[in-house]
Amino acid sequence: MRTYILRRLLLTIPTIIGLTIIVFLAVRLLPGDVIDAMSGGQVAVDEAKRQIIRERLGLADPLPIQYTHWIADILSGDLGVSLRNAQPLREVFLRALPVTLELGILAAIIASVIGIPLGITSAVKRYSLIDFSVRVIGLIGLSFPNFWLGTLLILVTSLAFKWIPGLTYVPIWEDPIANLKQMILPALVLSFQLMAIAMRMTRATMLEVLRQDYMRTAQAKGLKPSKIVTRHALRNALIPVITIIGVQLGYLLSGSVIIEQIFGLPGIGWFFLQGLLDRDYPIVQIMALFMVSVFVLLNLATDLIYGYIDPRIRFEGIE
Amino acid sequence: MEQQAQLKDASPFIRASESREPSLTRRLLKRSGHFARTNLIGTLGAIIVVFLVMVAILAPLISPFDPIDQGAQRFLPPSLEHWMGTDSLGRDIASRVFHGTRVSLYVGLLAVGIGLILGTTIGVIAGYFGKQIDNVLMRLVDMMLAFPGLVLAMLIAGLLGPSLTNAMIAVGLILTPSFARVARGSLLAIFSEPYIESARAVGGTDFYIIRRHVLPNMMVPLIVLITVSLSIAILAESSLSFLGLGIQPPAPSWGGMLSSGRPYMEVAPWVAIFPGLAIMLAVLGFNFLGDGLRDALDPRLKE
Repeated sequence: MRTYILRRLLLTIPTIIGLTIIVFLAVRLLPGDVIDAMSGGQVAVDEAKRQIIRERLGLADPLPIQYTHWIADILSGDLGVSLRNAQPLREVFLRALPVTLELGILAAIIASVIGIPLGITSAVKRYSLIDFSVRVIGLIGLSFPNFWLGTLLILVTSLAFKWIPGLTYVPIWEDPIANLKQMILPALVLSFQLMAIAMRMTRATMLEVLRQDYMRTAQAKGLKPSKIVTRHALRNALIPVITIIGVQLGYLLSGSVIIEQIFGLPGIGWFFLQGLLDRDYPIVQIMALFMVSVFVLLNLATDLIYGYIDPRIRFEGIE
Repeated sequence: MEQQAQLKDASPFIRASESREPSLTRRLLKRSGHFARTNLIGTLGAIIVVFLVMVAILAPLISPFDPIDQGAQRFLPPSLEHWMGTDSLGRDIASRVFHGTRVSLYVGLLAVGIGLILGTTIGVIAGYFGKQIDNVLMRLVDMMLAFPGLVLAMLIAGLLGPSLTNAMIAVGLILTPSFARVARGSLLAIFSEPYIESARAVGGTDFYIIRRHVLPNMMVPLIVLITVSLSIAILAESSLSFLGLGIQPPAPSWGGMLSSGRPYMEVAPWVAIFPGLAIMLAVLGFNFLGDGLRDALDPRLKE
């Protein structure tokens, strides 16, 4: 177990370093001059002025030095400054973080609480109506473009309940009720794809487990069916499901970009998109770095949890 | 000998019951009937995909209007003249949806092509040469996979500049890691098979082995990955267009139509509903097809 943890941790470090390099290079090497972006492409700036601006922004130094400056800044808490309005990005980031976090956590909870039990029921009561609907909804859920789902849901709620998502975001510590009213619909939309995956995976693994010989033993022992399912089948079936869900949680991040855009929530994804459209590179860098790091850390956490839960890995080396 | 000759001429009943080889058409029909019955989802997917391809090819013929012609009145509801109504600029939505099929399939196919060629090359090289090259290449692949879904595509398309070509490149790049992994895994699995060893034993060169044994056997997982990647590519392209990072107006693209239709949802919902339906149909079709193919080609299920 200890070697497993150490190995996983060691593998993560070069990955994160590599990712910071990729994000850094992507923003700097791809076409589109920063100076033009700042002036909106309207003003023709002569070369001498450009050079001065570049040196001011630290863009004239060789790339490795820029990179070191950037990393040092981040580690000391200075996340840079927006090119658009000179806002320090640290505040922007700290304000956007809780929005996306709350959205993600809500979506994950909804997806697991609804998806896993449905998957279990579908496997246990095979070929029933529930099984059939779960499979169909599962496939549809995977194919439903989330921006379309969000748009449709807004239309439906505005027509049926005369309700539109609030225009200004209310943080949860200011007014929990208003906040939840605002967040429940986007969280629902975001959770849809994860729910479909959780349903399908749970169903598949449960079916696998139910076919095993030890299930037959349990039944021969005379255990109640509910006890068989909960005590024996569930434990083994849920291990791969947790792994898959852990990995898919990262995809909630990319989904949140679209959802935040549709529902007007000022989260990480929203600022990332705006930065891309405005060519505001510092924002793009920081938000991209955050999303990527969270994704990697989520994978790491999933692997570690999996290593703990799966007895084969946990007790390896104990003879 | 004599007895056989006697038996043959013996009775018209015997001659009639000698089986005749059924014609090719009959055999094909019987096979497809069997396939359709046992693999409902796959067949449904195949029908949808064929339908979409037909629409894409015949788009100019079946579109009642020019997709960028702003002649009609704005926000007309669906009618006999405008099957899906008109949008905010007076353009016929049905024609735009039909032409959008072309765009989506075009981008999808090319993006998957990029991913396929780039990915399998990387995977095969990594698997074939092994050791350090394998390590480095797979580390690169893992890093690309470390970007959640759309973020990498958004980054590439956003920084390169929103356009059809750049969207294609971006989506192609995010599909590459999956192809690389599948190709490499397939290669390694095949290399360890006994028939490779025997092919070497009779003197087959590496190139011959790859051509004759490896590539045909890699086809099966690759074909399934191709169909799934097509559905991902279509979804990715519409997402990029929806966010404004993909195909730019006035070119008809499903995602872009959805995005521009959003502000008018209460007044004219059809502007956003039909493109969304098209996207879902396409993604669903390829997903079904992929599911069906996976079930049909799974060697474990073969007798």
